[in-house]
Amino acid sequence: MSIDLDVRLRQGGFELACRLCSEQRVIGLFGPSGAGKSSLLRVIAGLSRPDSGTIAIAGRRVFDSARGLHLPAHRRRIGMVFQQPRLFPHLNVRHNLDYGGWFSRRRPSRTRFGQVVDMLDIGDLLDRRTRDLSGGEAQRVAIGRALLCDPELLLLDEPLASLDAPRKREVLPYIERLSAQSALPIVFVSHQLDELLRLANRHVAAIRNGEIVFSGPTAEFLARADLLGEEAGPAAGALLEARLAAHEPEHGLSVLACPRQKIYVPRLTGHRIGERVRLHVRARDVILARRPPEQTSALNQLVGSVIEIRRDDTDYAVDVILDIDGQRLDARITRRSAAALDPKPGQTLHAVIKSLALAEQAWQRLGGL
Amino acid sequence: MLDANQLQVLQLSLTVAGTAVAFSLPPALAVAWFLARSRSRLKMPVDALVHLPLVLPPVVTGYLLLIVLGRRGLIGGWLAEHLGLVFAFHWTGAALAGAIMGFPLMVRPIRLSLEAIDPRIEAAAATLGARPILVWLTVTVPLALPGVIAGLVLAFARALGEFGATITFAANIPGETRTLPLAIYTFIQVPGGESRAAQLIAISIAVSLGALMVSELIARRVKRLQA
Repeated sequence: MSIDLDVRLRQGGFELACRLCSEQRVIGLFGPSGAGKSSLLRVIAGLSRPDSGTIAIAGRRVFDSARGLHLPAHRRRIGMVFQQPRLFPHLNVRHNLDYGGWFSRRRPSRTRFGQVVDMLDIGDLLDRRTRDLSGGEAQRVAIGRALLCDPELLLLDEPLASLDAPRKREVLPYIERLSAQSALPIVFVSHQLDELLRLANRHVAAIRNGEIVFSGPTAEFLARADLLGEEAGPAAGALLEARLAAHEPEHGLSVLACPRQKIYVPRLTGHRIGERVRLHVRARDVILARRPPEQTSALNQLVGSVIEIRRDDTDYAVDVILDIDGQRLDARITRRSAAALDPKPGQTLHAVIKSLALAEQAWQRLGGL
Repeated sequence: MLDANQLQVLQLSLTVAGTAVAFSLPPALAVAWFLARSRSRLKMPVDALVHLPLVLPPVVTGYLLLIVLGRRGLIGGWLAEHLGLVFAFHWTGAALAGAIMGFPLMVRPIRLSLEAIDPRIEAAAATLGARPILVWLTVTVPLALPGVIAGLVLAFARALGEFGATITFAANIPGETRTLPLAIYTFIQVPGGESRAAQLIAISIAVSLGALMVSELIARRVKRLQA
């Protein structure tokens, strides 16, 4: 699937001017509130019409101001899940799910209906009235309703934003499954970094003041503290790919192979031995040493060579970028430490990381054994 | 019980009020939609015009109707000549008078219920593949149904009780435009007519109460279905 858009839209004092091009199936759209994330999704869905530009979804032009083409929302075959479930209050759950099929020549088959209902675990809710649903249930029904329209692209506009933490934990796995296992192209919008990392593991676009300021691989995005903003900035770092090698049940730890060096993390439940995972290492959690430290409590020491030293946007820190067996790892250290350590490109250094700093990961399943 | 005369009055009244309500529903929906959703500058003048019959003395409304739609009226002459449509001194005139007097009462609750509908739900319907007219029919109208029913009942009651505009525009012709209120008025004017007037008064109370109860039942049912 590909998305290729270049649109401009002025709404009152706000101007949306976005260029976005990606071939990835799942795209994460990240940005602070008011940056224009929802406006951009509305434009893609056809709910608002840009002043100028073009939009192509999977090679199909749905908007082209030069040719006067504006495919209305109901003909775009783009499903959308909003912050609020927006279920039809006068219809029960089953009829909400059926709604899209009423107008489509491609009515979902009974099997398809069953699949979607099973995937979202909403079989018990079918005869319920929408107002009797909890927030999480309603949002699952809303996802099912969008899926049953057989869309060519699914837009998820912060579908977890209106839910409290337990409801979020309830709904997130379903979206994760959708993102990881289906073939459906998805644009997922969030201002929460952990959600984004769990769901959009390949491509991220960052939006600021109505403009796309970054579009590229997730790992590259995560290294840019400036893009992450104030709240998520401290989470800037690297994504390491690793395999779950073994468990150490007596210590409550799991051992990852990356690929030859070992990383200990708090026990991974729900992953199988051999499964590939992606590990988010915050740059500020990495300690650098010239020689392997002895008699330390830190469990993880990765050997790598310095690629680059970058001045930070703060006046007290620098970023040291290491190559760990072909994977990039960022370490953020103070300028004082940098002066003492004096890292040079090509130099071998030891990156020391506490296992506890790797807890509470937004574990990404990459599949594959 | 009722004699043929009284039955005729009742039948005529129900026909007149029913016709008035049936013909004013579509324009009322359109006007309510316009008032609820439009950002046009015409909104204020249209709103005022719709509410005019509510504040004008009914006789004035009747007189204006006579001027515009009378046989020699501005439009009435043309209608009579080309379409054979006659309103003045005809039962259709009574229906028209009732419709216009009931119109603001019908528009208001429909407008309120349309305003209460979250347009974002309609946007969701569009992303599910429903074209605008289908969104309107499957989402907007069903959600506005309680307001539509309230509007129908209020307008029906208003049309049933219409007096001033009717007697001015359509006159008080037995069997043609003599509806319940006109018949009651006529009986009261005649010495010894009080008892027959009383019977008609009882009928109009019964019809009004019945309409209220039916609408309440329907509204409850709709609410139960929607909730």
